[in-house]
Amino acid sequence: MKGTVLGIEGTAWNLSAAIVNEKEVVAEVTDTYRPATGGIHPREAAQHHAKYASYVVKKVLKESKEKGIDPQEIDAISFSQGPGLGACLRTVATAARMLAISLDKPLIGVNHCLAHIEVGRWMTPATDPVTLYVSGANSQVLAYRRGKYRVFGETLDIGLGNAFDKFARNAGISHPGGPKIEELARNSTNYVPLPYVVKGMDFSFSGLSTAASEALKKHSLEDVCYSLQETAFAMVVEVTERALAHTGKNEVLLGGGVGANMRLREMLDIMCDERGASFYVPEKRFMGDNGAMIAYLGLLMHDCGNAIKIGDSHVDPNFRPDDVIVNWINEVSVEDKDVPY
Amino acid sequence: MYLTSGAEARVRLEGTTIIKERVPKRYRLIELDNRIRKERTRAEARLLSEARRAGIPTPVIYDVDNYEIKMQYIDGTALKHVINDKLSEKLGELVGKLHMAEIIHGDLTTSNLMLFNNKIYMIDFGLGFINSGAEARGVDIHVLFQTFISSHQDHEALSNSFCKGYRQVFAEADEVIERVKQIEKRGRYA
Repeated sequence: MKGTVLGIEGTAWNLSAAIVNEKEVVAEVTDTYRPATGGIHPREAAQHHAKYASYVVKKVLKESKEKGIDPQEIDAISFSQGPGLGACLRTVATAARMLAISLDKPLIGVNHCLAHIEVGRWMTPATDPVTLYVSGANSQVLAYRRGKYRVFGETLDIGLGNAFDKFARNAGISHPGGPKIEELARNSTNYVPLPYVVKGMDFSFSGLSTAASEALKKHSLEDVCYSLQETAFAMVVEVTERALAHTGKNEVLLGGGVGANMRLREMLDIMCDERGASFYVPEKRFMGDNGAMIAYLGLLMHDCGNAIKIGDSHVDPNFRPDDVIVNWINEVSVEDKDVPY
Repeated sequence: MYLTSGAEARVRLEGTTIIKERVPKRYRLIELDNRIRKERTRAEARLLSEARRAGIPTPVIYDVDNYEIKMQYIDGTALKHVINDKLSEKLGELVGKLHMAEIIHGDLTTSNLMLFNNKIYMIDFGLGFINSGAEARGVDIHVLFQTFISSHQDHEALSNSFCKGYRQVFAEADEVIERVKQIEKRGRYA
């Protein structure tokens, strides 16, 4: 694999452009939309991205030029085609198309969820993992099997981070709720029973979030934060373990912003230890949404001839990772274990 | 002697009794872990008896403890070794009855179906639940069809025979089979 790709991420609140080659992240510039109050307002987030798109692109080009890479040396432009907030996706796609046309480079539409997995495989020793991807909007357990990343389990309603944010808003904690919930949870060891919802291989968080808000009437904030974390994380760890057992794989990779939580990492570590599996967590800058992961998957896809025409580059807010034909993974290097189904 | 050891439970054989024990998970808080294992053990035992009441052969339950079910050992042959069109049609009738009783098995594979005394027994309701929607029923059948595809040459004939039996006993069969086709197109659960 050879080449240099400029990738732009902007599915939600993080706008980030990066230039990546097969060796390293050459440059990355990020500007984050921060609401004055409440959570992410989709229109405001898109307006933020429109305002700062040229800034992050210019700056990343300038930084990479300082490292000796000229804009004309870039081989392709990649962007987050989905899933994400429609208005944000459209804004970033426009910027990417314009850049591709003006530099006369091929355009590559990247699935955001798969970018999280691929950057994790790049930045950790994981080769063929079961990935737990948990962020504000997304919560999925994925693994590669026969030409696609399959979704083995996922949320039936809202993402884990979103469930935390909703609870946080009701509890008067400012956005994003996760880090503060984690801090408050450290002051408690008193478990308040909350609904644990795993249905087959899927999980659901909206009822849990509501029940946690209700529990505040009778219990301290610390106790509820502790119980919310313990319940939600146990659910996703359980499904991750099932996916390991089902696929016969022996690596777990963590991705997404919620992956910053130390208690979640500890639980995954214990589970992997009990099963004799390896557990991998990339550096924090590659966990949340970042331009480098979009550029890197763009690089993998460019190498396999996956460029798209401008006319086919419309965004998809519900873009499923299991809709993507994965032609950049060598079947020989990734052992596809023969499982009954 | 342990027969199987999955992500959730261990199954051992003592004489002619099967003991299915849900094992503790160290990553989970102990009170949460105990609660979940207890709830699931009870739910599974309840589904086994309800399915039996609906006319589906299932193992007889001898005893239910906090985290353990003691039940009859079905010393038969897994359907995956013997399945043919006739058995598949018979299976369609059974799943039709199960779904009519609003029970979803949750893990219908030809390894969880046993041929014993000329009857098809359903075992392992560990992922089962109560639901009367076309989606849950469709997924139940989709999982079964996936095992046909992955391990049997003539999987289309098996699926067709299954649908024949399913339609015979279950009035809502057409809606569910239509949903199975949609689920196939989505390409997940694979």
